[in-house]
Amino acid sequence: MADTIKLEISRYSPETDAAPHFQSFEVPFRRDWVVLDALNYIKDKQDGSLTYRWSCRMGICGSCGMLVNGEPKLTCATFLADYAPASIRVEPLRNFPIVRDLVIAMNDFMRKFQKMKPWLIRKEEKPVSEGEYLQTPEQLDAYKQFSMCINCMLCYAACPVYGLDPLFAGPAAIALAQRYNLDSRDQGAKDRFPVLSQHDAIWGCTFVGECTRVCPKHVDPAGAIQQYKLTAALDWVKSVVMPWGGK
Amino acid sequence: MDVTTHDVLLVGGGGAGLRAAIAVSELNPNLKIAVVSKVYPMRSHTVSAEGGAAGVIKSDDSLDEHAYDTISGGDWLCDQDAVEAFVNEAPQELLQLEHWGCPWSRQDDGHIAVRPFGGMKKMRTWFAADKTGFHMLHTLFQTTMKYNSIFRYDEWFVTKLLVDDGRVQGVVAIELMSGKIQAITAKSVILCAGGCGRVFPFTTNASIKTGDGMGLAYRAGAPLKDMEFIQYHPTGLPFTGILITEAARAEGGYLVNKDGYRYLQDYNLGTPTAKPVLRSMELGPRDRLSQAFVKEQEKGRTIDGPYGPVVHLDLRHLGEKLINAKLPFVRELCTKYQNVDPVHELIPVRPVIHYMMGGVSTDINGATPLPGLFAAGEVACVSINGANRLGSNSLPELLVFGARAGKAAAEFASSAKPISNSILAQAFDEQRRIENQFLRNTTGRERTSTIREEMQQTMETSAGIYRTESSLAAGAKTLRHLQERSDNLALDDHSLTFNTDLVAALELSFMLDVAESMVQSALQRTESRGAHQRTDFPKRNDEKFLAHSVVFRAADGRPRVEYLPVRITRWPPGERVYGQPAQKASAS
Amino acid sequence: MKSSVATPPYTLNHPRWYRKRVSTYWWLLRWEYLRFVLREISSVFVAWFVVLTIVQIYAVSRGPDAYAEFQDFLKNPFVLALNVISFFFVVFHSITWFNLSARAMAIRIGGKRVPGFLISGPNFAAWLVISALIAWLLLRE
Repeated sequence: MADTIKLEISRYSPETDAAPHFQSFEVPFRRDWVVLDALNYIKDKQDGSLTYRWSCRMGICGSCGMLVNGEPKLTCATFLADYAPASIRVEPLRNFPIVRDLVIAMNDFMRKFQKMKPWLIRKEEKPVSEGEYLQTPEQLDAYKQFSMCINCMLCYAACPVYGLDPLFAGPAAIALAQRYNLDSRDQGAKDRFPVLSQHDAIWGCTFVGECTRVCPKHVDPAGAIQQYKLTAALDWVKSVVMPWGGK
Repeated sequence: MDVTTHDVLLVGGGGAGLRAAIAVSELNPNLKIAVVSKVYPMRSHTVSAEGGAAGVIKSDDSLDEHAYDTISGGDWLCDQDAVEAFVNEAPQELLQLEHWGCPWSRQDDGHIAVRPFGGMKKMRTWFAADKTGFHMLHTLFQTTMKYNSIFRYDEWFVTKLLVDDGRVQGVVAIELMSGKIQAITAKSVILCAGGCGRVFPFTTNASIKTGDGMGLAYRAGAPLKDMEFIQYHPTGLPFTGILITEAARAEGGYLVNKDGYRYLQDYNLGTPTAKPVLRSMELGPRDRLSQAFVKEQEKGRTIDGPYGPVVHLDLRHLGEKLINAKLPFVRELCTKYQNVDPVHELIPVRPVIHYMMGGVSTDINGATPLPGLFAAGEVACVSINGANRLGSNSLPELLVFGARAGKAAAEFASSAKPISNSILAQAFDEQRRIENQFLRNTTGRERTSTIREEMQQTMETSAGIYRTESSLAAGAKTLRHLQERSDNLALDDHSLTFNTDLVAALELSFMLDVAESMVQSALQRTESRGAHQRTDFPKRNDEKFLAHSVVFRAADGRPRVEYLPVRITRWPPGERVYGQPAQKASAS
Repeated sequence: MKSSVATPPYTLNHPRWYRKRVSTYWWLLRWEYLRFVLREISSVFVAWFVVLTIVQIYAVSRGPDAYAEFQDFLKNPFVLALNVISFFFVVFHSITWFNLSARAMAIRIGGKRVPGFLISGPNFAAWLVISALIAWLLLRE
């Protein structure tokens, strides 16, 4: 196997470029290197202006999502060896505005995320001195999967609906709202309903299912959205059948 | 230049910073809070903590036992009043986090579950599967979203603390997205910027942990405390520094050298057995295992890997079934991030830097000696960790002292005088410095990454697991030289948009300051205690060094070390005993 | 005419984001996207079968002659071809729908989530049984 590998990296400088273009770099090939290691090598040894985000290099901080050969990936968990000896194309995540090189703007997600009220809502707070809210392992299991989201934005890059309609709330934000809705300690489902039940939230989703496929943490946002659709539809049926129900 | 004004400003959006922000909001909803962080808060390194958070909750446990474990684990260098406050408040803080939605692992009856942890004699470690830090950080971050008084500056890099009239009144920061340099003023500032593992070449720490907070305080005149105490973890993956948990050895993994020999038997750590024995061989204390690695290396019995010497962690004999059942995360980390499958292959491991016991010197309320400046979390040294931190104490520490610092800073801000107008001039000077030294500098010749690598190598050889007078003195000299060279950096990137090259250069300058303070503190502590091991002074010396080293930055930029007494309340210094009596006898 | 919106030039301290327009042919770029679009289109064919069934019932109600005329209409090669294609789309639609049921319904028994195949399985089974029953009703002589 060759001892170097070629990377074609998308570059964009807002100060000088009208549009992104590709630049090739040659880096040493090592079996234990991931795409992010190659980027770091380039930044340290060849071109310090290469711009990207990264931090933990162990798949938990969610910073280093990029497109590798067109596929949304955490670059800290994507081995060069899986592509060698062919060259590798690295681009910023799809569906987001590009700030520079491989850095995208995610302000939009942060705004939508906050709208979902992603915190525990109680009608009445129990004082801490009275101890914990009880929650059985089964109750924990009911929302645990959706609490694993690391906000890496891969699901947004995979979602064609988000690409076509920037108003769409998107997979991660909805999954995280559902994480609190399903938490046995939470009583805020009704507060989240108005945001979730809109056209640009759950009903915007057409269940492409790509978000779930690319999720590095197996959160299954597509499942979260379909489940909430069912809940919302049943609520609607209930309100029609029993308008006096009050619930 | 733009100026924005707040009441309380937090530098850093990790666990401590977010906890402090909530504490300020809860205490006084009218105070305007700013969280300035160089990454989005959920990227902060708290996210990587795996094991758990200690807090006494079970009926067979007591606060005194937690305090004693902490103090003895810290080789009696902890301030005992701080430890008492810490163990006392840790359970409430962990419960508070439960009330905010943290998905703690549970018992069948719905109560919080706890697990055993190294150095803790009772089961008191709360956990959220093996992603405790991740869940704590995301819970805190999501909770801060409900407070309107908390304003976030996401992806802003703080370059300087603004000090006037003898107190800290804000910061100068760069907005990475636009390159705008701006003054953000506040009546009190809390540093929660984390540790500085990146000063060393091999570390479990994320790339963002570059000691910025320590550097900021140090340059503003606040002293750093106990900087020579740096915790190693014996089994990290080389290069990435990814931690392979103790559990891999507890399940029966072997540490072997290049001859396949279980070398720990040569270092008074017991005799090899097929099944693991508690506190023996591979299950000996962290520091002793790390020290044995150095001895093996000196004997030439380590394996030369592409990133320097390693030994092997052998799990193959445990079989795929057991590894999948008991150590799935270890297998996942090895296969997903290092391309090694422990079922069939040896895992290369080496000691890696894990945690800084030292940091910005604070009192029990997070206040530094510099008025208006507070600190909490890994960036701070209260000190509850003494000479060696116990596993699962750092997560509750950032909650307890984050909350305390938040309250103290809120009170300070409520009664502080208005911001002086003269600090704007300082902010302008700082802007000019950044532009002239980095962005517009065309005569520089040095590469940031080259100096960084040399600094990291220097730290490993001079202030690593074992230190001597000569290694430290040589290290101090090299660092001084690197400081001079770093004045002459040539950036590849002169752009204003998301200039990570500039950030790296600014981080390097903080790291060099912090590194110098570490080496100087280590040089002057002529004893061995906890994580600080001097081969030329192998004994603990309570007469002279039952004291915190406190390092100031002198006018010429060099570190100057003073000493502060350790506060002892109820636990007089004793011997730090490892393992069973039988083991101890063989070790002596 | 240029397709993308011309971005204004860079001004100091104002980030100038580059926004890529989604290609009109985005759904051809990946098999997963194409499959999704085919699934969406399948609903047109489902609607076609519904219309056909209504027309069929209407023809039956108007007597044997009208029904014979309807049957002649079905024998038209174009209609035949359309119905063969529609059949495959409806089958595709049904399969994806039943698979969806497993994802949308998080049913828990004894605290454990019921695995997906136990939810979609009975759906598929019922589908097969009903289809077989109808086939038996139609084909028995």
